Amino acid sequence: MKQSTINSSEEYKYGFTTDIESIRAPKGLNGDVIKFISNIKKEPRWMLEWRLKAYERLKNLKEPNWQKPKYPKIDYQDLYYYSAPKNSENKPKSLDEVDPRLIETYNKLGISLKEQEKLSGVAVDAVFDSVSVATTFKDKLTEKGIIFCPISEAIQKHPDLVKKYLGSVIPITDHYFATLNSAVFTDGSFVYIPQGVRCPMELSTYFRINASETGQFERTLIIADKGSYVSYLEGCTAPMRDENQLHAANVELVALDDAEIKYSTVQNWYPGDKDGKGGIYNFVTKRGVCRGRNSKISWTQVETGSAITWKYPSCILQGDNSIGEFYSIAITNNHQKADTGTKMIHLGKNTKSKIISKGISAGHADNTYRGLVRISSKANNSRNFTQCDSLLMGNECGAHTIPYIENKNSSSNIEHEATASKINEEQLFYCNQRGLNQEEAIGLIVNGFCKEVLQQLPMEFAVEAQKLVGISLEGSVG
Amino acid sequence: MLQITNLSASIDNKKILKGFNLKIKPGEIHAIMGPNGSGKSTLANVLTGKNGYQVEGQVLYQGKNLLKLPIEERAQKGLFMAFQYPLEIAGVNTNNFLKTSLNTVRKVRGLKELDSLDFLNLIKTKTKNLKIDEKILNRQLNVGFSGGEKKKNEILQMTILEPKLVILDETDSGLDIDAMKIVSEGVNSLRDKDRSFLIITHYQRLLDYIKPDFVHVLVDGKIAKTGCGELALELEKIGYGKMEAEG
Repeated sequence: MKQSTINSSEEYKYGFTTDIESIRAPKGLNGDVIKFISNIKKEPRWMLEWRLKAYERLKNLKEPNWQKPKYPKIDYQDLYYYSAPKNSENKPKSLDEVDPRLIETYNKLGISLKEQEKLSGVAVDAVFDSVSVATTFKDKLTEKGIIFCPISEAIQKHPDLVKKYLGSVIPITDHYFATLNSAVFTDGSFVYIPQGVRCPMELSTYFRINASETGQFERTLIIADKGSYVSYLEGCTAPMRDENQLHAANVELVALDDAEIKYSTVQNWYPGDKDGKGGIYNFVTKRGVCRGRNSKISWTQVETGSAITWKYPSCILQGDNSIGEFYSIAITNNHQKADTGTKMIHLGKNTKSKIISKGISAGHADNTYRGLVRISSKANNSRNFTQCDSLLMGNECGAHTIPYIENKNSSSNIEHEATASKINEEQLFYCNQRGLNQEEAIGLIVNGFCKEVLQQLPMEFAVEAQKLVGISLEGSVG
Repeated sequence: MLQITNLSASIDNKKILKGFNLKIKPGEIHAIMGPNGSGKSTLANVLTGKNGYQVEGQVLYQGKNLLKLPIEERAQKGLFMAFQYPLEIAGVNTNNFLKTSLNTVRKVRGLKELDSLDFLNLIKTKTKNLKIDEKILNRQLNVGFSGGEKKKNEILQMTILEPKLVILDETDSGLDIDAMKIVSEGVNSLRDKDRSFLIITHYQRLLDYIKPDFVHVLVDGKIAKTGCGELALELEKIGYGKMEAEG
C-alpha cells in the first residue's frame, strides 16, 4: 500500500506565529523563577508558598517513563516558564484595550473575541502563552453568580474558593508533571457555578502557544456546586516549530451533589512535520471528582494534534450514584504518538462509568489506549462498560489496547469490548465506485467510526471536529 | 455507449485479457459467460478502474477515453458495478452511505442535492419496489448482511444512482431463487433505451430472468463466440470445455 503523507505546511493552518514583544522569565527552573511568576501575577503570599512547596517536592521526583512513546530527555533548565505579550502587564479592562494583534491572532484561529458576535453563544477565555488575554461575556455570567475568569484573577479575587479546591483533586505531590505544573503554572481558567444554577452558555478556553522555547503550564479549576450544570470546551493550537515544546497542564473538576460537568477538548497542538520533527509534547493531567451524590462528570476529547499525547482524563466516583464518562477520539498520523485513556475509580455505591475510546492510526504513527477501571470494596452495585476500537490505515502504524481492571466488589460488574479494524484498498475502491473520491471515502469511514464520540460534542464543536478528523488523515491511504 | 478495442490487461505480470473487443450500444444487454479464470472479473475491474492492472488498448465510454479517468469520475459519469463481493464497512450507516453517494453523484451531474426528507421518501419507494427490508438501511454497510442481502443492497444502490452503464459482476452467485428474482426484477425495471448492461455470470440461470440481447463466451482473455440468448442454453448443455476447444 502506498504511503503518502500530509504536507504539514498546508494542512496545519494554525502554524503561524504572531509577532509580538513578550516579557519572559529568565530561562530555567529555580526558586527565583517561581518567585518571578508569582510576583508578576501579584499573587498573595500563600500562593507563592504553595508553589514553592511543590517545587521542593519536585526536586525529589523523577519523570515517569512507563509510557509507550519514548522521547528525548527534556532539559528543564533550558526552557522559559513564563512568556507574556508585553502590554498585558496591566490587564486590559475591556476588549477594546486588548492588543489588536492578539484579537487578530484569535480571529485567524476562528475564535472571535468581539462580544458583538453574541450569536455564537459561547463565552471564551483566551490564553496566549502564559497569560489570559481576554474573557468574554463576563457580565452576563456574573448576573447568574457564575465566576468565569483567568485563574490568576481568581487567586486574587476569590482566594477562599481557590484555596479550598486547588490541588484537592490533583495534589501537589501527585506525579512529576502535575507537581511541575503546581510549581510554575501561569494561567488558565477558573469556573465556579453556584448552587442550582444551570450555566446558560458553553464556556470555552482557547489555549495558544506562541513563543518559542517556552513551556505552557496552564491550570484549570472548575467547581460545580450542588445541583448546577456546566458545559466547558477547550481548544488548543500552536505555531509550527522545529523544536519540541512541552505542554503540561493540570485540569481539576469538582462536582458536588447533583451537579454535572461536561468537559470537551479539541486538541490540535502542532503535531510536528511529516518526518516527525518538532511538535508539542502534550503531557496533561486531567482529573475530576464526583464528590457529591448523583453527580456526573463527562470527558469528551478529540485528540488530533501533538507529537506525543500522554494523558488520562479521569473520574473519581466518590459520591453514591455518581456517573463518570469518557469519550475519546485519538488520531495519530505520520510520526505522532499517543498513549491516552482514562481512569475510573469507583468509590461510592451504585456508581457507573462508561468508556468509549476510538483510536485511529495512519502513516508511521503509534496509538495506545491505556485505561484503568477500579471498583473498590465499598462500591456496591457499581457498573463499568468499556469499549475500545482501533482503526488502522496502512501497514506501518500501530494500535495497542491496555486495559487494567480491578474489581474488589462482587456485586459490581465490569464489561470490556475491543475491536481492531483496518481501512483497506478494497473498501476505498468500493466507495470510489460509488462516486466518492479518496478524501470523501476516508471521511465517511472515519466519521462513521468516530460517530459515537462526535455526537457527545456540543454542536459548534462537533462540526469543527468532524472537519479536523478528515483533515488530519488526508492522504494517509493511497 | 461502450466500445472496447483490443484490450489487454495483466496483473503481477500475468496476462489475463488478451485483445478483448466489445461494442455495447445504448439500451442493449450483453452477457459475458466463461469459465473460472477466463478474465471476467478482470474485465469488470479494468472498466471500473481498479488499481493494480497494467492495461493496454482502448476503451471509449460515451465517446470519451474511459481508461484515463479516476475511479470516482467513471462512477459519476454513470458507470456502476454491482460487486461480486460487496465490501463491509464498519461504522458507516447504510442509509448515510447511499445518501452521500447519491448526493455526490447528483452534484457532479448538476442536480440539486437531496435533503434527508427527500432522500427518505426516495429510498422508501425504492426499497418497497424492490421488496427489500428497510431495516438494512439502519445497519452498518454490509456488516453482518447475508449474501442475499448484500446483493440486494447492490441492486438498491443501482436503482438509486440511475447509472448509464451497469456491470453486474457475478451478482447471481450464491443467490437463492427469491433473491435472484429480486435482483433480476431490479435490473429489468431499469431497462431503458438509454441504459446498457453488461452481465458477467458463470451460469445460465440468471439469464432466464434477464433476457440479454447478446451472449459472449469469454475464453482465455478473448471472446470465443458471440450469439443471442440461445447460446447461453447451449453452453449450459455442452459446457465450456467444448467451447474452449472450438475457440
